[in-house]
Amino acid sequence: MGISHVLFILFSVLILGGGVMVVTRRNLVQAAGALILTLFGVAGLYVLLEAGFLAAVQILIYIGAIAILIIFAVMLTRRLADEQEPGLNSQWAWALGTAVMALAILVIVIQGTWPLAGGVVGNAPPLTGDSTSRLGVALLSPEQYAFPFEVASVLLLSAMLGAIVIAREKRH
Amino acid sequence: MEGFDVANLFVSIGQVWTGFLVNLGLSSQWIAFVNKLVAALLLTALPVTIVVFTIMGERKIIGRFQDRLGPNRVGPYGFLQTVPDVVKLLTKEIITPTNVDKVMYNVAPALSVIAVILIWAVMPIAPSMIGVDLDIGVVYFLAVSSLATLAILLAGWSSNNKYALIAAFRTVSQLVSYEVPLVLSLLVPVMLASSLSMNDIVQAQSRGWFVILAPISMLIFFISGTAEVGRSPFDLLEADSEIVAGFNIEYSGMRFAMFFLGEWIHAFTFCALTATLYFGGWRGPFVDQVPALGALYFFAKMFILYLIHIWIRATMPRFRIDQMLAFSWKFLVPLALVNVAVMALATKLLAPPDLSASFWATLPRWGGFLGVNLIMAVGTFVAVREVARQARRKEEEVSGRFGSAAVVQE
Repeated sequence: MGISHVLFILFSVLILGGGVMVVTRRNLVQAAGALILTLFGVAGLYVLLEAGFLAAVQILIYIGAIAILIIFAVMLTRRLADEQEPGLNSQWAWALGTAVMALAILVIVIQGTWPLAGGVVGNAPPLTGDSTSRLGVALLSPEQYAFPFEVASVLLLSAMLGAIVIAREKRH
Repeated sequence: MEGFDVANLFVSIGQVWTGFLVNLGLSSQWIAFVNKLVAALLLTALPVTIVVFTIMGERKIIGRFQDRLGPNRVGPYGFLQTVPDVVKLLTKEIITPTNVDKVMYNVAPALSVIAVILIWAVMPIAPSMIGVDLDIGVVYFLAVSSLATLAILLAGWSSNNKYALIAAFRTVSQLVSYEVPLVLSLLVPVMLASSLSMNDIVQAQSRGWFVILAPISMLIFFISGTAEVGRSPFDLLEADSEIVAGFNIEYSGMRFAMFFLGEWIHAFTFCALTATLYFGGWRGPFVDQVPALGALYFFAKMFILYLIHIWIRATMPRFRIDQMLAFSWKFLVPLALVNVAVMALATKLLAPPDLSASFWATLPRWGGFLGVNLIMAVGTFVAVREVARQARRKEEEVSGRFGSAAVVQE
């Protein structure tokens, strides 16, 4: 068992423990704090997979932006941060069904696309060259991912415009 | 000491140290481990040590700016003032108020220091003297410095105090707003060096600092960096006269000091980043012959930029919150966007001449970049003047029609 195994177990405990705490904590800000632990663990896994750029972006976007916005939103809604608030509302059955379905789809897709072959885990050929620059080229070259990349940008832009339109004060 | 090379001072010290470890009979694996540990400890100790000097220097300099003497009682010219200050802070009682969120309340001060010290891991201090030369150095710096926002937010919320919470809200709006122009201006040195690694960015400045090629980008970086540090004129998160003290109001003793430690380290760390990204880092005369000089140049540039930073801090009054946000979103962000687009085009068109080219052959490229930046600067001034003129005209129209009372209502 090398150092990477120890780190893998450590990050997995961080992810799963954080995940459990997100669901069980009554206080929503504390739950958001646990979510940050989980996201940090995921970034750690990316580092173990030698995907440094992805790890940095994970911290930058998920912890630096999304988690902070979640905490911000929770703090603005006083009642939600109350400990007396029940953990479940009337939609729990729908949420459970959706979660199980999403998990099933993920398992099926991952099994179909990248089947786990027993014994070869950890023997993948090491990455060669600069993965960050290859990622950049892949995202911006027309024959690879330029189109999905731009579509995602337009989607985010339209979401931002929509938020501005909704939040804008009506001028009488 | 045989073969001790002063020119390669730091490399020589490293060799002597490694030789000492070999003499102890350690295996090569252990030596590598111990060396990494020592390097990490040194990189952590370095910013904390520099802080002691910058606190003294800054208090004296700001005193002079404000026409007073500054601390002058402890030691010669008051230069030992920090020592009793630190002793006082360390011995003060640490009070935990009753209704705070204990975990977050205790994590926040440490996190605010950790976030800025982590930046030093990718800081190229001298040739081949860098913690880790990550190929994503710049993104790493952005990622870890975003943790500082989190620290202030956690401190503000967990303190269970309305002023602390208001400060936390202000912090999020300020730091998130100014992160946008910061990232956009950072793209320019990355494009010019065509690498995200800090070391490569310094190497790429061998034929001229990026401040000559991209002065506008440097200014945007410096302004939004000042806002990220949260110092005057952007010190809205700890505005004493408005929100008592801000996010740190419920903290005492060393925990309180940790936030200030974080802020002070952040201040000169970001000056060090500006020096690295735009002013050639450790580059300077004779560095190729005497690599140890690099550290000297690096720190000299850092402290000169820090002096400018202090100058701004001592001179400018605090922004109002709407002015602060408008300045980022209505001025810096559009300018940074235009800047990125124009500089991308310029980088593509004005390809760097090969390194063998003479000094004169590189001049058209420099002139081209300077010209592009000049056009952008003039365009910005014209646009800002036009916007201000229109606003003034509108105001005059309103007050002309309804008298001055209408303006107040407007």
